[in-house]
Amino acid sequence: MKKPLLPALLPFLLWLTSLSALAAPDPALVRQLAADDNADKIAAIQQLTAAAEPGTARLLQAMADDSLFVAGDRLFIFDGEHGFDAVSGSAADLPEGADSVTVNNRLRGELSNALAALKLFDADRNARLNATRELQSNVGPELADVLGKARAQEQDAEIKLLLDLAYAQATLQDSDPAVRLAAVQTLADAPTPAIRSLLLPLTEASAESDDKVRAAAVDAIKHIERSLAWGDTLAGIFSGLSLGSILLLAALGLAITYGVMGIINMAHGELLMIGAYSAYAVQSLFRAWAPDYVDWYLPAAIPVAFFAAALVGVVMERTVIRWLYGRTLETLLATWGLSLILIQAARVLFGAQNVEVANPSWMSGGVELLPNLILPWNRVIIIGFALFVLFLVWVLMNKTRLGMFVRAVTQNRAMAGCVGVPTARIDTMAFALGAGIAGLGGVALSQISNVGPDMGQGYIVDSFMVVVVGGVGQLAGAVWAALGLGIFSKLLEGWAGAVIAKIMILVAIIVFIQKRPQGIFALKGRFADQ
Amino acid sequence: MSATSSAFPLPASGRVPLTLRVFAALDRKAWIALAVFLALALVVVPVLHLTVPESSTFHVSAYAITLIGKIMCYALVAVAMDLIWGYGGILSLGHGLFFALGGYAFGMYLMRQIGRDGSYGADLPDFMVFLDWKELPWFWLGSDHFGWAALLALAVPAVVAFVFGYFAFRSRIKGVYFSIITQALTYAAMLLFFRNETGFGGNNGFTDFKRILGHGITSPEMRLVLFGLTALTLAATLVFAAWLVKSKFGRVLTAIRDAESRVMFIGYNPLWYKLTIWVISAVLCGIAGALYVPQVGIINPSEMSPANSIEIAIWVAVGGRGTLIGPVIGAFVVNLAKSWFTVSFPEYWLFFLGLLFIVVTLMLPQGLVGLWKKIIARKGAAA
Repeated sequence: MKKPLLPALLPFLLWLTSLSALAAPDPALVRQLAADDNADKIAAIQQLTAAAEPGTARLLQAMADDSLFVAGDRLFIFDGEHGFDAVSGSAADLPEGADSVTVNNRLRGELSNALAALKLFDADRNARLNATRELQSNVGPELADVLGKARAQEQDAEIKLLLDLAYAQATLQDSDPAVRLAAVQTLADAPTPAIRSLLLPLTEASAESDDKVRAAAVDAIKHIERSLAWGDTLAGIFSGLSLGSILLLAALGLAITYGVMGIINMAHGELLMIGAYSAYAVQSLFRAWAPDYVDWYLPAAIPVAFFAAALVGVVMERTVIRWLYGRTLETLLATWGLSLILIQAARVLFGAQNVEVANPSWMSGGVELLPNLILPWNRVIIIGFALFVLFLVWVLMNKTRLGMFVRAVTQNRAMAGCVGVPTARIDTMAFALGAGIAGLGGVALSQISNVGPDMGQGYIVDSFMVVVVGGVGQLAGAVWAALGLGIFSKLLEGWAGAVIAKIMILVAIIVFIQKRPQGIFALKGRFADQ
Repeated sequence: MSATSSAFPLPASGRVPLTLRVFAALDRKAWIALAVFLALALVVVPVLHLTVPESSTFHVSAYAITLIGKIMCYALVAVAMDLIWGYGGILSLGHGLFFALGGYAFGMYLMRQIGRDGSYGADLPDFMVFLDWKELPWFWLGSDHFGWAALLALAVPAVVAFVFGYFAFRSRIKGVYFSIITQALTYAAMLLFFRNETGFGGNNGFTDFKRILGHGITSPEMRLVLFGLTALTLAATLVFAAWLVKSKFGRVLTAIRDAESRVMFIGYNPLWYKLTIWVISAVLCGIAGALYVPQVGIINPSEMSPANSIEIAIWVAVGGRGTLIGPVIGAFVVNLAKSWFTVSFPEYWLFFLGLLFIVVTLMLPQGLVGLWKKIIARKGAAA
């Protein structure tokens, strides 16, 4: 150990002496907290922490809160109403002209570490667990003693494991090679990038003199890198799945309107935007009228978004798209015009700035599968939601009368009309369904990306790519294309960067269409000629 | 194109000299209109700009010249778009890419002409100094020569269009598929040019130009030269396009637009017809871009945004596709409206543009030219 022996022993000696008198922090060290030099203050904090006397936590907390005052050679805690003596803890009036003890950022970091270390002795298990979690990074050698003490006392297996890791980090620079070796071996089981960089210096002869420790460090790093590589690959696949599920939500509505009905709708992205703004509006209503249930605004937003987008879809179909059936290029231009109007309308109604849509509390956080593989709840829920919407669409298209009519009308409009299918109304309803599903996608997007008037524009190219790759007239094609594009682009992103990955995907799609102009799942027979 | 009486009727049979055929491309009224246009652009506007004092109502301001020059570039793009869309039946949503490529190619020359007058006073363009680059990337070689830059402005769009078009038309991608893929193409290019490492100035693109061929770029004379050059190019393009669409090539092209399978069965290969008109269209856009950049003084990746390219389509649709004067009229009407709206009612411009898209496709499939023809026809019927 680099530190001289005396300060290390001092707390123990002080502890012995103070135990008999009063269980309180050492007055000399407390005074040192108000020293002029930051290094002295830090030394005092560290020594007080190592001693871990009962009053220390309160004292350091006061210092962190800027409520520690100095007057002459006495220190006071002043909580805004009452004053206390900093050493004994008994009530005392704050003298006139007392100065607050200045705390800079470096000291604050030191204090938060110290406070966490002190909580290691808390009676409450959860408090101890949180404190150990807080100490998993940035553990310096000065905490070795207090961690050792806590480790010896700890009964809970989970906390003890975390304490072992923290203790190993603290003793990585120990003067005894055997202690260092033990520390390295403990850390080999903690595969995080931080630990890896912590162990890296120990593999060099200049930093580590002992051969055994060096060899152990090399082994440990290999071990860590293997687990890290696993975690990275899985994380890549997961974020690909997550992107794929978003693409799927964006493209599912399009798979109906373009894929099945053959309407090219450039305003599809704006229907997503309407869904997202519906989520925002419902959230605002909940905040205004039912603030207690604000966490549950999201389930309420789902039907609202569906019907809002479907309503806009009906209006679009009845006023514009209806008159352009069979003229796809004209439909493209007219719906582009619709999208411009919708964007500007959103700007006028909600402002040009992005609006804030909060994640409900039950969607924040995540499951930690590996140290470098954390699955955020919002992503997991969106994947589930995408599957749910997919199921919904499948049932609607394949198991209901409406779905049957839609398929009948798209396959042979004249014949469907002859047998009594109201083709015009079916067109409207199918388009409204596609629009409503885009609205559902918008609710999901509001949880992970910015909600603003332009948000739809970013998805239009991507969603058309999904439909083009997947093939027209197919739901299965859209699903595989969305997942494939999602995973493929995330893996490429990790390798080549986001922009290059996007360009490579587009080039790949152009090449792919050379080979399979009708998409993955090509229709056979007379429809293939369209 | 409805058959109009030519100013120079061709002999019924036999080989006709090219000059005559070019003259036959336009009828007498069209030649007169073109002559009036050139007289206005090359004589009247320069005289009014240089000799009439600024206080006079007849003075043509520098702002007006830049605006009209800019719109003439757009008109050139619109004519190029009309060749591929109106006559070829192929709607490209990526023409902004070729326009921007031409602009960037010529912009490289303009950047080199800044010389050491940049804010860092270095030989390299400012953005390269900022990126801490020590020498020019290979694709900047020769960019200090005017001729090379002008050649690049033609060749780069041509090569990109050829490669892309060859693969797209060979696998018979058409209709909306083709439109969407061209949109993806320009979108990808925009992302590429937004990157600083691509070597074209990233977000900011090229700006702060100082001179062309050693002459100050903001001087009134240079402004007029560029203005006149744009007008001449536009006029020449119109004559060329009129000749092209009346030639055998143009007729086959129109036939492909109307019934591709039938043309194929007769024995033509649509690939080369489509590819040729596609590359010609791209080169015209490149020329327009090269003329646009020195007049406007800036080129950046937003020129490649999908929204810009789709706006080109609406110029053509508003004017009337399948006619050559239509795109010019459309480009002027829409862009003058844009200049007016963005100054007077900026928040209503997108509403107006959106409505324009809808109204033109629903009610004016032949555009303003079609509307005019309809009014004339009705008057003729009434009389």
